[in-house]
Amino acid sequence: MTLTTRPPSPARPGALASPGRAGLSDRSFRSLTLGCGLLVLVILGLITISTTQEAWPAFTHDGLRFFTSDRWAPSADAFGSLPFVYGTVVTAVIALVIAVPISVGMALFLSDVAPRRLRRPVSSLVDLLAAVPSVVYGLWGVIVLAPWLAGIYGRVSDVTSPVPVLSNLFEGPSSGRSLFTAGLILALMVTPIITSISREVFDTVPTTAKEAAYALGSTRWEMIRAAVFPHSRAGVVGGVMLGLGRAMGETIAAALVIGSSPQISARLFGSGDSMAAVIANEFGEAGGLHRAALIGLGVELFAITILVNLIARHVVGRAGVRS
Amino acid sequence: MSTILLGTVSRGRRLRNRAATVAIWSSVAMAAVPLAFVVAYLLHKGAGIVDWGFLTDDIPISSRLPGPGMGPAVLGTLLITGAATAMAVPLGVLAALYLNEYGKRGRLASVIRFLADVMAGVPSIVMGLFIYTVWVLRYGQTGFAGALSLACLMLPIVIRSAETALQLVPSELREASAALGARTSRTILTVVIPAALPGVVSGALLAVARAAGETAPLLFTIGTVNAANTSLLDGTNTALSAQIFGNARLPFDAAIDRAWGAALTLIALVFALTFIARVVARRFTVR
Repeated sequence: MTLTTRPPSPARPGALASPGRAGLSDRSFRSLTLGCGLLVLVILGLITISTTQEAWPAFTHDGLRFFTSDRWAPSADAFGSLPFVYGTVVTAVIALVIAVPISVGMALFLSDVAPRRLRRPVSSLVDLLAAVPSVVYGLWGVIVLAPWLAGIYGRVSDVTSPVPVLSNLFEGPSSGRSLFTAGLILALMVTPIITSISREVFDTVPTTAKEAAYALGSTRWEMIRAAVFPHSRAGVVGGVMLGLGRAMGETIAAALVIGSSPQISARLFGSGDSMAAVIANEFGEAGGLHRAALIGLGVELFAITILVNLIARHVVGRAGVRS
Repeated sequence: MSTILLGTVSRGRRLRNRAATVAIWSSVAMAAVPLAFVVAYLLHKGAGIVDWGFLTDDIPISSRLPGPGMGPAVLGTLLITGAATAMAVPLGVLAALYLNEYGKRGRLASVIRFLADVMAGVPSIVMGLFIYTVWVLRYGQTGFAGALSLACLMLPIVIRSAETALQLVPSELREASAALGARTSRTILTVVIPAALPGVVSGALLAVARAAGETAPLLFTIGTVNAANTSLLDGTNTALSAQIFGNARLPFDAAIDRAWGAALTLIALVFALTFIARVVARRFTVR
C-alpha cells in the first residue's frame, strides 16, 4: 500500500520567524514594555535623589541633631525630628493594637465562621472601608469623633487617675484631638489591609488539616487554634507589617485629628504630631530652611516606611502569599 | 453533628468556643459601626448641601460666606484624576505585560516586581514632595503636577493588578495563537489583552478610586483656585479632597458645611468607581 503525501510546500521564507518588519516590531514592543517596567526603578531613584537634594540644607544645618533632637522650633531654626518620629510610632502602634484583633476576627469570619450568604456583604464592607478617602475619615474625625471622645477621655482619666502608670498615659484634660484619636482613625484605615491579607492566608490552610482537627473532636475555636493559626502565623505577621507601613505614612486623617504639637509626651489623650501630618500642616507656610527640614522629614519617613515594607514583603513572601 | 458532640465536649471548652464565636462576630460589628457612622453623617450633613448649584458654582472668595460652590473642585478632581489615569494605566499595563509575558520568572522581572511593591508602600505625602521637588520648583503649581503625583501613586497598583489579571489568562490561548504562527507581540495584542481586559479594567478602576480620594499628593502640587480652571498646564487648580482638607481646618460653619458637601460628592464618586470595578470583575471574569 502506498500512501502518497505531498511534501509540505516550503513555507514562504520568513513567514514564521524572520527578522523582517514584523520581527522588528516584536522586539520593539518588548523593549517598550521593558521600558515601562524600568520606569518604576527610575521613579524610585528620582524620589531618593531629588528629595534628599532639596532636604540637604536642613541635614547639613542640623547634622545628626536632625535625627536626635526633640526640639522643633522653626522660628529659631531648630529642627529636630524626634517628636514626629515618636508621634508616628505611637499612633501606628495604637492603630495596630486596635486593628489587629478586629482584622484577624473579620478574616476568620470570612474564612471559617460566616454563613455563606453573609460572606459577600462582609467582604464588600471590607472593600468600602478601604475605599473611604482618608480626608473623609479626617473630616469625620475632627468634627464628630474628637469632640465626642473628649468627654470619654475625661471620664477615663478620672477613673484611672489613682492608678500609677495609667494616670500618666490617660492624664487629662483633652480637647479630643490627640495621639489616641489619631490612632483610632488609623486603625479604621489599616483594618481592610490586614483583613484581606489575613483572609488570603487563612484560605490557604489545607482543608485536610481542618478536618483532622474536627475529627479529633475539636470545637471550632480549637480547630482554629490548632490548624489555622500555626499554618498562617507568618502571613498574618506580614500583613500586620504592611498595615504598619500604611499607618506610618498616612497623612491627612492624622493631620486633622492629631492636635499638631511637636512634643514627646506619654499622655496619649494629649496632642502630638506625626511626620506625615507636620509636612501636610506646615509645608504651605514654610520657606527656606524650614521647607528643607520638612522635605527632610519626608526623606526620613520614606526610609522608615520602605524598611517596614521590605520586612513585611519578606515575611509575606516566605509565607507564600501574594498580596 | 454538633448535637452528638455536645455531650462529650466539656463545659469549659464549649464556653471558650462560644466566646470566640462571639468575639469574631463582634469584630465584624466593630468595623461596620464606624463605617455606618461615617456614611450616615455624610448623608445627614451633606444631603442638604449638595445640589446642582453646589456641584457647578464657583467657590466663595471668602470662606466665611455661606452658600454653594464646589464646581471648580469637582472639575479639578475629574481633570486631574483623568490625566493621572491616562498616564498611569497604559504605562502600568505595559509594565505588567513585560512582567507576565516576557520577563516571567527571570531576574530582571523579579527585581521590577519587587520595586513595584516597594513603590506601592511609598507614603502618598512623599509622592507629593517628590513631584514638588522635580516639577513644581521648575514649572509651578498646576493641575498637571497633581496628576503626575497621582499617576506615581497609581502606577504600582495598576502594575500588580494588571499582572494578576494577565496571570489568569490560560496559557493554552497563548500556545494556540503561537501555533497559528503569531508573534508574541501579536498574541499579546489580539489574544492576551482581550482575555484579560475585565480584570485589567477592574484593577485600574480601583486605582482610579484610590487616586480620586487622595489629598496629600495634591497639597503642594496644585495650589488652589476659586473659579474653575479647565487647563491642566496653565495656572493653579483645586480638587474635592484638597477643599475638604482646607475647609475642615477653618472655624467657620459655612466652610465646614461645604466640606461635608464636598465629602459626600467625593465619596459618591469613589464608591461608584469601586462598585463598577466589582461589577466588571464579577460579570466578565472567565472562570
